[in-house]
Amino acid sequence: MTVNRNIKIAAVVAFLAIVFVAVPAAISSSGRFDLYYTLTSVALLSIASAGVWLTFYIGRINIGQGAYALMGGYVSAILVMNHGWSFWLTLPVAGLFCAAASVLIGLPILRLRGVYFAMVTLVLTEVARLLALALPITNGAKGIVSIPLPGALSIFGLTIIPDFATLQNSRLAFYLLAVTLMVVCFAVMYRLVNSRIGKLCQSLQQNEELASSIGVNIAWLRVIAYAVSSFFGGVSGAIFAAISQSIYPSSFTVTDSVNFMLNCFLGGLGYVFGPMLGTLVLYFGWDLLFQTGQFQLLIYSGLMIVLMLVLPNGLLSLAETTRKKG
Amino acid sequence: MAEMLEVSGITKRFGGLVAVNNVSFSVREKEILSVIGPNGAGKSTLFKLISSFLRPTTGEVRLKGERISGLAPHIAARRGVVRTFQETTIFKNMSVRDNVIIAHHLRSKASLFGFFLGTGTAKADEAAFGQSADEILALLGLSSLANETARNLPHGHLRALGIAIGLATNPSILLLDEPFAGMNHDETMRMVEMVRRLRERGLTILLVEHDMPAVMKISDRLVVLNFGQKIAEGTPSEIQANEKVIEAYLGSEDEAIGL
Repeated sequence: MTVNRNIKIAAVVAFLAIVFVAVPAAISSSGRFDLYYTLTSVALLSIASAGVWLTFYIGRINIGQGAYALMGGYVSAILVMNHGWSFWLTLPVAGLFCAAASVLIGLPILRLRGVYFAMVTLVLTEVARLLALALPITNGAKGIVSIPLPGALSIFGLTIIPDFATLQNSRLAFYLLAVTLMVVCFAVMYRLVNSRIGKLCQSLQQNEELASSIGVNIAWLRVIAYAVSSFFGGVSGAIFAAISQSIYPSSFTVTDSVNFMLNCFLGGLGYVFGPMLGTLVLYFGWDLLFQTGQFQLLIYSGLMIVLMLVLPNGLLSLAETTRKKG
Repeated sequence: MAEMLEVSGITKRFGGLVAVNNVSFSVREKEILSVIGPNGAGKSTLFKLISSFLRPTTGEVRLKGERISGLAPHIAARRGVVRTFQETTIFKNMSVRDNVIIAHHLRSKASLFGFFLGTGTAKADEAAFGQSADEILALLGLSSLANETARNLPHGHLRALGIAIGLATNPSILLLDEPFAGMNHDETMRMVEMVRRLRERGLTILLVEHDMPAVMKISDRLVVLNFGQKIAEGTPSEIQANEKVIEAYLGSEDEAIGL
């Protein structure tokens, strides 16, 4: 038990050392500063994917995370541009706004299961895009541009985070922000899944009727999980808007929603850290295949199909089988 | 004996079809009462009405005087009416022990957020659930299978697990949906023993069943349904002598009602 615990602590420490120390050190010595942007994207996409993973965990196929990422981006952008809010305040507000919206949307649609729920969520992303095009506040197809970089964050006169515009290397700052949030997000997820709440979610996934017969308020639990999921989507969307300093109706589309889902599949639906690994592999995999030119999509889709056939439980199931054999 | 559950004038219509028609009866405390009837008599519908999985068209169900019909199933469970399932409805991918532990949900004192934070109350809950789950598994003879994944269990044990899940909720009345279906003679006798043991622990039991010999053996009283209506109510010997019942089971009466 204690040995197991020590291994876990060592793994966490190693992971933190890699993302906060080793990666920045390697990038600055190699001079490949563009990698910051790539890795920031991976971190943010993995937060959104973690949300999708949570809805999988209650037995729902969610292809609608793009809608909440878009929503979160717009909420943050509008609050910063039109109301002069600090980016740091808009970040949780964007998440909470998405969570609240997802409660309203989720109450009716979470009654659906399987492919029906999947279809509705797929439509949700498209609805969000069309809304962003049509609503006056979102400025239509022109989007919202020239969003200022995040300002300084200070509490009681103490500056915790400096103004991003004054930094020499705002890429590094965004990287650290995204990675920190990713760590927090996955810590929360890990705790959720390994507490009784995780067991309750599993009970929903495996048999909703039985779950309600033992007194689980299934409708409520489904909505809570979906709200947490959408909160993650909204937060990651808000940071994306801040990094690119712009947001358009096409910033998050159906393709992104599908990718969030694929990240979960690839990493493994049974593992909390599945979406993180899935996002990393998928993002870099796609980039690597860029050299194959016109065959990129063909090889990519072919590989995905093969992977799902060979490893239906995701990449992390490989680690499990080797551990069992060893 | 006090009345535990009271079904009064309950009717369920599905469109033009009247599945259950104005049925009334009551279950006394610590009683084993069985609802029997030929195929399509409305037993399953009645079962779902009592467990609040269906809402009655008219009439009501009361538990210890409190109305429970029309509530959501999880609320009815909270009040103490808990059902088991006919088919092998369990949490397939969890261990047997986890199946029973999760079913202690209603007894938890800590909130969900408390469980997230791992507060003292939450830890105390977890420990208590584990202990209680082990007791229940021992009672139903499942201790040796505690760490097995539920979907690997043989048929008879699956049904015992279903009952263990029901027991874990600490119900006032346990509703068993065809507990003997698909069992051979030995398995049936074991299950009969098990149900009796539950009653000895102070549980009230209502069961819906097909298997006549087992029902005659186990029940204190029976309620007979035919075409959605109650046609008889009484002790096993009264039911066996009832002409309406014999008529309803016409063609195979001797064997079917265990004469």
